[in-house]
Amino acid sequence: MKLITAIIKPFKLDDVRQAVSEVGVQGVTVTEVRGFGRQRGHTEIYRGAEYIVEFVPKTKIEIAVDDALLEQVIEAIAKSAQTGKVGDGKIFVFDLEQVVRIRTGERDASAI
Amino acid sequence: MTNKLSGWTFFGALTLSVQCAWADGPTEPFLTGVDKISSGDTAWMLTSTALVLMMSIPGLALFYGGMVRKKNVLATLMQTFAITCMVTLLWWAIGYSWAFTPGSAFLGGTGRAFFNGMTFIHDPANQLSVSHLALTIPETVYAMFQLTFAAITPALIAGAFADRMKFSAMLVFMAAWSLLVYCPIAHMVWEPTGWLSKAGVLDYAGGTVVHINAGIAGLASCLMLGKRLGYGREKMAPHNLTLTLIGASLLWVGWFGFNAGSAGAADGRAGMAMLVTQMATAAAALGWMSAEWISRGKPSVLGIASGAVAGLVAITPASGFVGPTPAVIIGLIAGVVCFVAATSLKHVMGYDDSLDAFGVHGIGGILGALLTGVFVSKEISGVDGSFLVQLKGVAVTVIYGFAASFLILFLIDKTMGLRVSEEQEREGLDISLHGESIE
Repeated sequence: MKLITAIIKPFKLDDVRQAVSEVGVQGVTVTEVRGFGRQRGHTEIYRGAEYIVEFVPKTKIEIAVDDALLEQVIEAIAKSAQTGKVGDGKIFVFDLEQVVRIRTGERDASAI
Repeated sequence: MTNKLSGWTFFGALTLSVQCAWADGPTEPFLTGVDKISSGDTAWMLTSTALVLMMSIPGLALFYGGMVRKKNVLATLMQTFAITCMVTLLWWAIGYSWAFTPGSAFLGGTGRAFFNGMTFIHDPANQLSVSHLALTIPETVYAMFQLTFAAITPALIAGAFADRMKFSAMLVFMAAWSLLVYCPIAHMVWEPTGWLSKAGVLDYAGGTVVHINAGIAGLASCLMLGKRLGYGREKMAPHNLTLTLIGASLLWVGWFGFNAGSAGAADGRAGMAMLVTQMATAAAALGWMSAEWISRGKPSVLGIASGAVAGLVAITPASGFVGPTPAVIIGLIAGVVCFVAATSLKHVMGYDDSLDAFGVHGIGGILGALLTGVFVSKEISGVDGSFLVQLKGVAVTVIYGFAASFLILFLIDKTMGLRVSEEQEREGLDISLHGESIE
């Protein structure tokens, strides 16, 4: 089992949700986050006072998947979140040791 | 034939009464019959009064509230609201009497303290008191109309010291300022016994009395209080420009009461004042926006809203004196000059006028007062103006306003202290002064 964490542009969230649903993902966790990558920040000017916004708003999604589904999900995210411009985000993949469904006590693959 | 004759007789009588009013009209508030009141004028002045009150609450409160950081928004709204309440009672106690009854060249009398003698006797006399400054409306309406001006003026100052003044010190300052600065200046400029009024200074709706006065007091207070903690290093961007744009729009709408209401009547001059107000405001908003677009690359919401307010300020003294084309010119100049004042001058000079009370109201007011002397039309107003006389009005207000404000602030600083503690300022005034916050 793997845990996929992807940082994407906030306005791409709906596209990504739809794309991963189509390949069979059953659940996604979404968090609003801020950060910087190669996109860096941007400058805002208010009545002549300049402020550098170093951390850009992004959306973080987390998805637990069975190994068999991994490549399809990665591809779905990468395709649906892409604009081709700097700041599209990243996908991180981690090994996942255990999953428990709280309601039934099911474990691992059947709990995803 | 009979009709025509009576028509002529009526015209003759009217001319005569107007001449009498010029020759030896009333020089102080007086009691008269209710039949002397014009219902049209009164209806418009009741409306104008409500419009000007709306400029302060919620207009100015939102305009300023949106521009501060989120931790200070309630404190900023609270200042305008509390000032409005406090000035209302001061106006009743003595303010109205000091400003708008005859007295010395510098201050009015005390005859109308606690609105003493301001009456409406329905039965049996059917009489009411009328101000010598507005002959066709009840004095109650005139005093209320002027009250709304007295309330918004100190509230404007609050933009200069946003985010760092103690609420208690703010109340004391505003009370003292209202009585010792606003009332004398209003009397000097607007009451016929006032010396600037006698000298021929033109100020239709308060460019000098309201805006230069508030702007220069703002400059004094931001110099006295010092900069906000972290100024120039930390992000102090406006937390919600939606509120600011709503506030600016309410100010714009309310300003028709301010300027067209200053006619004191529902007449042609009020109509012209309304028209030129719209012209100048639109021109200034576009002027500021364009200057910003050219020099900084983007036309901002804060910029166009600030430009509109700058135009409203600049046309205020001129509104009853100029036609639409000069109004467009005044607006364009005000938009560009106030843009420079609020975005460059303050950084060059190094004072922290947080929300640009001086940059917009002080500079815009001075510009408007001076340009009134340039563009005044005798056809519209029946008077001549002069640039030099206007300059005198500006100079007196700037010098007296700055010195008196500085002195009041100095005394408060030495006794109760002006500024919140560093910890309170860091935490935000909403929580530290008012025990509330927004999420």
